[in-house]
Amino acid sequence: MANSIAEKQADITASFQAIDDWESRYRKIIQLGKALPDMPEERKTEDNKVKGCQSQVWLHAALENGRLVFQADSDAAIVRGLIALLLEVYSGQTPAEILAADQTFIDDIGLIEHLSQTRSNGLSAMIKQIKYYALAYDAVIKRSGA
Amino acid sequence: MPVVPESLRDIRAQFPIFARTVHDQPLVYLDTAATSQKPARVIERLRKFYSDEYGTVRRGSYLLCQQSTAMFECARKKAASFVNAERPEEIVFLRGVTEAINLAAVSLARSILKPGDEVLVSAMEHHANIVPWQLVRDMAGIHIRVIPMNDKGELCLDAYEAMLSERVKVVALNHVANSLGTINPIKQITALAHGVGAIVLVDGAQSAPHLKIDVRDLDCDLYAVSGHKMYGPSGAGFLYGRYSLLERMAPYQGGGEMIDRVEFSESTFEDPPYRFEAGTPPIAEVIGLGEAIDFLHDIGLEAIEAWDQALLAYATARLSAIPGLRFVGEAEARSGLVAFTIDGMHPFDVASILDRKGVAVRAGHHCAQPVMRHFDVPATLRASFGVYTVPEDIDTLAAGLELARDMLS
Repeated sequence: MANSIAEKQADITASFQAIDDWESRYRKIIQLGKALPDMPEERKTEDNKVKGCQSQVWLHAALENGRLVFQADSDAAIVRGLIALLLEVYSGQTPAEILAADQTFIDDIGLIEHLSQTRSNGLSAMIKQIKYYALAYDAVIKRSGA
Repeated sequence: MPVVPESLRDIRAQFPIFARTVHDQPLVYLDTAATSQKPARVIERLRKFYSDEYGTVRRGSYLLCQQSTAMFECARKKAASFVNAERPEEIVFLRGVTEAINLAAVSLARSILKPGDEVLVSAMEHHANIVPWQLVRDMAGIHIRVIPMNDKGELCLDAYEAMLSERVKVVALNHVANSLGTINPIKQITALAHGVGAIVLVDGAQSAPHLKIDVRDLDCDLYAVSGHKMYGPSGAGFLYGRYSLLERMAPYQGGGEMIDRVEFSESTFEDPPYRFEAGTPPIAEVIGLGEAIDFLHDIGLEAIEAWDQALLAYATARLSAIPGLRFVGEAEARSGLVAFTIDGMHPFDVASILDRKGVAVRAGHHCAQPVMRHFDVPATLRASFGVYTVPEDIDTLAAGLELARDMLS
């Protein structure tokens, strides 16, 4: 049984808050980004592109056994690390769980101020896109279940 | 390392923002090309106007209004002298360059351009000098053609000359390119354009803070300036227009104080510049812009231009030593900024790390996506200078870039 979204968010937040200098936090997130599996080039399509200003972000979603499985990538290393965190939290959860989740935990890890509100890195758009996928697949599940 | 000239030695102390820290680091502000910081005298001018002098302009018979109007019109005189216009009535106050170009595009489309006419823009324009022309293209039936540039980021003047014909009615380009720093040879470009009777519109957003502007020497017809990039308040800028051209141009926005007589069937309009200043203008900001112009004159525009060139040379030399760093924009004549990429590092990552060191630079496409495509880069880093920039800022930037390289590789 996978941990809940809230538990995963709390674990991530705690692990970052335990590091007291920005440089180490950044180094950790960059390492997480490096460990993120590459997204296959054929999935880096215009359709999968999340509109951002400073970096490019791609997001692909598929429903597997009632759970949403995400693949994502970015050309920026720090954004890739943040993507790894988002996938850790959201990928493999049900659409209903994702819809109920808090979206702003990424602000609490102390990396970039007000990250979920800044348009500049494509990440806030990605969080929004994850929610849209959840909303759409939630409707699909409800319709097929009825 | 260049030595700060006498006229700029105490400038930094006049900018209150430098008293603060960013992430517990002293602020190193290298994004003046986006917007400049404000000197205390401009901030004080706004405070004084709002506290002691506030009133509308040109609409009332009472003292506060008369005084506001006098101060507002005084700012118009200052702006006119700043660009060496023939008369204050050649200055139209607006929000800034974006609004000025939108005004020019719409107004020229309504009054002068005919189907089949051509508007030339350059390959190194900010979106603000591309999109307004696209918006009026279909309404006016005009064609937009692009003056190409070479790989140093210089306009190809031979190609430009070959594009000129009697169909070309407008040549719209920047004086200094915001994404490259290139200084374009406006005087030469204008002379060629006038040879076929075309109107020349210059985007002066990046030039006005650094270069001495003389519209009579350049002989251009329209010259747009943003006040917030030259130490003035946000929300106020101006468009210089040759008076005989402004008289031929249709109004842009309709509203109060731009009319002569209004009937429900038809209205007649004020003479320029008031024809183009519908509604209550940004009064305090325009008066603040006047103060910013005084601030620049007090330092001396020659000194500002010389210091900008010294910083540019120092930054170019200092950053050249960083492995993998490539400059984007290597024109012979440049001003105000260096733009670059570093191999294997995304500009967003670098800018995020620099931010933690207190260094504010811009990462992105700088609202010039066609320029990014020309140089085949998704984005660049841009460090831009102001009167308060010192060589030590460049050193902090260089150290931050070394740290970013260590962290990201």
